[in-house]
Amino acid sequence: MNLKELKYTKDHEWVKLQGEEAVIGITDHAQSELGDITFIDLPRLGQKVKQSDGIATIESVKAASEVYSPVSGEVFSVNDTLVDAPETVNTSPYEDGWICKISVSGAKELDGLMDHAGYEEYLRELK
Amino acid sequence: MKRTALFEKHISLGAKMVDFAGWDMPVYYTGIIEEHLHTRSLAGLFDICHMGEFFIEGKDASKEVERLVSCRIADMPDGKCRYGFLLSRDGGIMDDLIVFKISQNEFMIVVNAGTIGKDSSWISGNIKGDVSFFDRSGSIAKIDVQGPSSPSVMGRLAGKEAIENIGRYSFINVKIGPADVLLARTGYTGEIGYELFFDAGYASGMWDSLMRFDEIKPVGLGARDTLRLEMGYPLYGSDICEQVDPFEAGLGRFVYMDKDFIGKEALLARIEKEDKKILMGFECDGRRIARHGFRIEVEGIESGVVTSGGFSPSLKKAIGLCYVDKKAAYEGGKIILTDGNISIEAKLTRTPILKNK
Repeated sequence: MNLKELKYTKDHEWVKLQGEEAVIGITDHAQSELGDITFIDLPRLGQKVKQSDGIATIESVKAASEVYSPVSGEVFSVNDTLVDAPETVNTSPYEDGWICKISVSGAKELDGLMDHAGYEEYLRELK
Repeated sequence: MKRTALFEKHISLGAKMVDFAGWDMPVYYTGIIEEHLHTRSLAGLFDICHMGEFFIEGKDASKEVERLVSCRIADMPDGKCRYGFLLSRDGGIMDDLIVFKISQNEFMIVVNAGTIGKDSSWISGNIKGDVSFFDRSGSIAKIDVQGPSSPSVMGRLAGKEAIENIGRYSFINVKIGPADVLLARTGYTGEIGYELFFDAGYASGMWDSLMRFDEIKPVGLGARDTLRLEMGYPLYGSDICEQVDPFEAGLGRFVYMDKDFIGKEALLARIEKEDKKILMGFECDGRRIARHGFRIEVEGIESGVVTSGGFSPSLKKAIGLCYVDKKAAYEGGKIILTDGNISIEAKLTRTPILKNK
């Protein structure tokens, strides 16, 4: 996965736009902050979401954390391997640990998100 | 925050640090699950310097310790340890602790980090006679070595024969390098293991000596919690506290009722009133954690509360401890755990939650 092709949110979600379809996950920073992930409450197929709606809950040994959708649209695919192996998000947050795919209704929304350089800068400011 | 003598070790190992009872402690080094599983298969190394070590010395030491703690003292041979409680005058649990009988005139009592101040005031305010109380928490280091490989590791460090002869809940005095070590076969993980008590000046060298063994990995407080939870061991401040007595907590066997001790009268009165709740373990149907504070529903009726909830790396499901109405407290009892938002199905189980340990 080429990280420079992704867009990023302030809540540490990443989104990859492929035509009208968006793949969503959480960043390496987010999985590291969470620690060992033990459970993911995935979205339902057909679920309609607006940008910034809660779309999934990720639980680690320490705490539970919401994943917010970076875009508006409808969930058409969900990564079922995360049901029995949620730790995949820890080991492969940008590839095998993708969370869901959304058919996008507002592609322009991505313009408001950070690009890779912007996200790196954002992480530096957080420290 | 306070720092133990091993703080720099944790930083150089890249540990994720957290405030635990006012101490800057390692939660994990590589990951809670990995460290937990390592302890159950090989050997984990724990910095437990933050816990408290009290000494009660003098002619009346045995008599006074007998009066202060819930477990029986009079029949302890030298070199034996026992788990028990400091009770308040209301019969509630002020702390859980382990008493070490060094001799008839010298006892060490090991207490939780967060209650050192409270316990120290209580004990020094209540002991009397030909006895002295010393709080040596600041000058004594405690390192735990726990796991199936720990006898082998400790045997290579302290002498095979000496280690082989330490029975459960017993201790010896042994020299390891330059340090005089009180070495006890005790622990909080359910695995065979040892707790090492020695002068804090030797902490760094002792840590380094142990880290040289291939079987050893450093383990943080995160895994210490998942390990004890699988065993159903209570955590003071979560599962036991001053509002609760040992019988409600299912720990009545650590109270010796045939002697006089502070809190006994109140405890007797509490037992009479017992129609209340009892501490039990639970196993959830899946991975979703039911955390401290979740309510328990049995057939639609509110029946209790979760006091510890977490993930079991060994069982790969969520587990925990809870207080539940006595009449609903049986093995396999189906319960619903909820915070008003999410609901989780679970089954009650006696401890240990992880069987065959």
